[in-house]
Amino acid sequence: MTDHSTADAASTGTTPADAPKTMIRLEGVGKTYPGTTVPAVAELDLEIPEGEILVLVGPSGCGKSTTLRLINRMIEPSSGRIIFDGEDVTKVDPDLLRRRIGYVIQQIGLFPHQTIAQNIGTVPRLQGWDKQKINARVNELLELTGLDPSIYRDRYPKELSGGQAQRVGVARALGADPEVLLMDEPFGAIDPITRDRLQNEFLRLQSELKKTIVFVTHDIDEAIKMGDRIAILGDQSRIAQFDTPERILAYPVDEFVSDFIGSGSTLKGLNFERVRDIELVHDFPVVDVNTPRDEAQRRFDASDEKWMLVLDDQQRPQCWINGTHLADTSKPLDQLGPRVRAKVPPNATLHDALEELLMSNAGQAVVVDEKGRHLGILDVERLADVLKRMRNEAKKHYDELAAQQAALDDVQNDDVHDAEVNA
Amino acid sequence: MSAPTRTADPPAAAGRPESAAPGPAPTTTRRPPGVRLIKSNAGLIISPAIIITGALLLLWNYNRSDRIFQDERALDWERNLRPQLEQHLSITLWSTLFTILIAVPLGIMLTRPGYKRLGGPILAVATSGQAIPAFGLLILAFAWLGRGPWTTIWALTLFTILPVLRNTIVGLEQVNQSVIEAGRGMGLTKSQALREIELPLAVPVILAGIRTALVINVGMAALAYLIGGGGLGATIGAGIQLRRDLVLITGAGMTALVALSVDWIAAIIEKGLRPRGL
Repeated sequence: MTDHSTADAASTGTTPADAPKTMIRLEGVGKTYPGTTVPAVAELDLEIPEGEILVLVGPSGCGKSTTLRLINRMIEPSSGRIIFDGEDVTKVDPDLLRRRIGYVIQQIGLFPHQTIAQNIGTVPRLQGWDKQKINARVNELLELTGLDPSIYRDRYPKELSGGQAQRVGVARALGADPEVLLMDEPFGAIDPITRDRLQNEFLRLQSELKKTIVFVTHDIDEAIKMGDRIAILGDQSRIAQFDTPERILAYPVDEFVSDFIGSGSTLKGLNFERVRDIELVHDFPVVDVNTPRDEAQRRFDASDEKWMLVLDDQQRPQCWINGTHLADTSKPLDQLGPRVRAKVPPNATLHDALEELLMSNAGQAVVVDEKGRHLGILDVERLADVLKRMRNEAKKHYDELAAQQAALDDVQNDDVHDAEVNA
Repeated sequence: MSAPTRTADPPAAAGRPESAAPGPAPTTTRRPPGVRLIKSNAGLIISPAIIITGALLLLWNYNRSDRIFQDERALDWERNLRPQLEQHLSITLWSTLFTILIAVPLGIMLTRPGYKRLGGPILAVATSGQAIPAFGLLILAFAWLGRGPWTTIWALTLFTILPVLRNTIVGLEQVNQSVIEAGRGMGLTKSQALREIELPLAVPVILAGIRTALVINVGMAALAYLIGGGGLGATIGAGIQLRRDLVLITGAGMTALVALSVDWIAAIIEKGLRPRGL
């Protein structure tokens, strides 16, 4: 592919029409350190959609942090252009640029000699806000990140735990309400339990704030959890795959990506589908507790299933029964077989459902509504169907993309050809 | 873009119960404030006690001794001791001031990216300069600049640049890089990062260097009289020449007391200027 066609492909937009507007665009941005010939970041084209979390993920040393630092020009790119909200910022004063971009790093880097309030007020102060406004903003941000201003305002960073310090780090990055946040492994140095909590809190915060976020991590699970889109980076920050987590998990484009996301990617993909979105098994034999025995026996015989589900008079699942149980007439139907343990609500992910399903006595999970009433049955075959569907959809998407690209290349080749003819 | 609005159910409310409760990690066990105050300030309390005791001992020794005419004259407050004390202090203060004015900016410069490689050679020269005995340096300065207090001041300035320079460099280099990175990443300019982050965080180490310089200077100022620079050394010299123990002891004792007092004041300043939160 020629340089010409790459640039053109980036500007005409290979992203689908429903994609949000691009907040940051990197055009052929690269970094080669003086005295080396191998670039740390080879020329990179990247579009970062507004209001989304884009995760840059890749093995150690692939240049993902460098890429992040090229965006706020902590490292000056040696080639290419950075377009920020439609404005070319490749040559503007980097200090002014950085005041418009929040920056969170793994080591957090709180100023130890300043109080939490002073730390959070750093960028507003640089922007020349008046004291009252800064004060109000600091309180607001502390509350937003789950820290009580009356307790934490006047503390010093050394008095905070790791998780609290990271919250302050995020609050400080949000100080002057930047449109964009850059986060370099922000939760990397935090214990797994706190990390999980901070990730959830951050996602909730983001659902309110809708910032454009570029998030660097080496942890594919964190990438899948946090990212609206994921860019999997190989050597020198070359993009191996750039897509939604669902599609990446369903359809890794090459061996590098599938190696990187590792085994179990199919299972991880189940996190993105919810029970309510799939078709349940409706022809499973079901009886309620008041059904006469012969009617129950008839229904059981009519089906191929080994088990039958017993509901109470409120349609709530009670137990599983099989042929042996049916023969026992000493007890009512709902006290015969093993109790129904695997119940999942419609908004559970398929991953949760699978877990329930594996725990279940009958190898099925019962889907119930919020009142506990039976809606349908989920079994392993259904899940397998879903996985197959996800994979096919992703493959179709990539086939279409390839076709588009091929068409584009054709046009380009024609252009080149025309140019040659004209010359 | 305005500040993000909060919904009826702010995340803060949800996050607070577990997160904002003062966790077990951050706070150290609290002792009664009095105990902590004494423990952390032990040095600052003991020094004045020693100084006062020493001064009383000198006075007592002076009063109980049989004094001859030469003693009275050498130890005359208005004629000798007070001017010498003033000279002594002024030599100390001026030389320390010049040291700070030279060494701190030099140290800052040598930690900036463009000049970093000069740091090694300059520190090497300063270190070998430190190897010259102070007395030798004083005589060299005398040979070059002639008699007088200013010769002493310049010699001492030169002699004490090293500790201040070294501590300035070390102090700035030990500042956590991630703190500077975070600051620069938020849009602090290079000089803002220096003034608002690097220097405040380096202050304790730089001050320790300055205090070392001050103590060297106050001690060395006792030699200034040898090249006509005055100072309390003159009384010690007189004591030696007159073979009068009272004069010798009083001069030496006062020199020691001045040194202790200066160090004590420096320690208080050091404590006061140390940024909170460190």
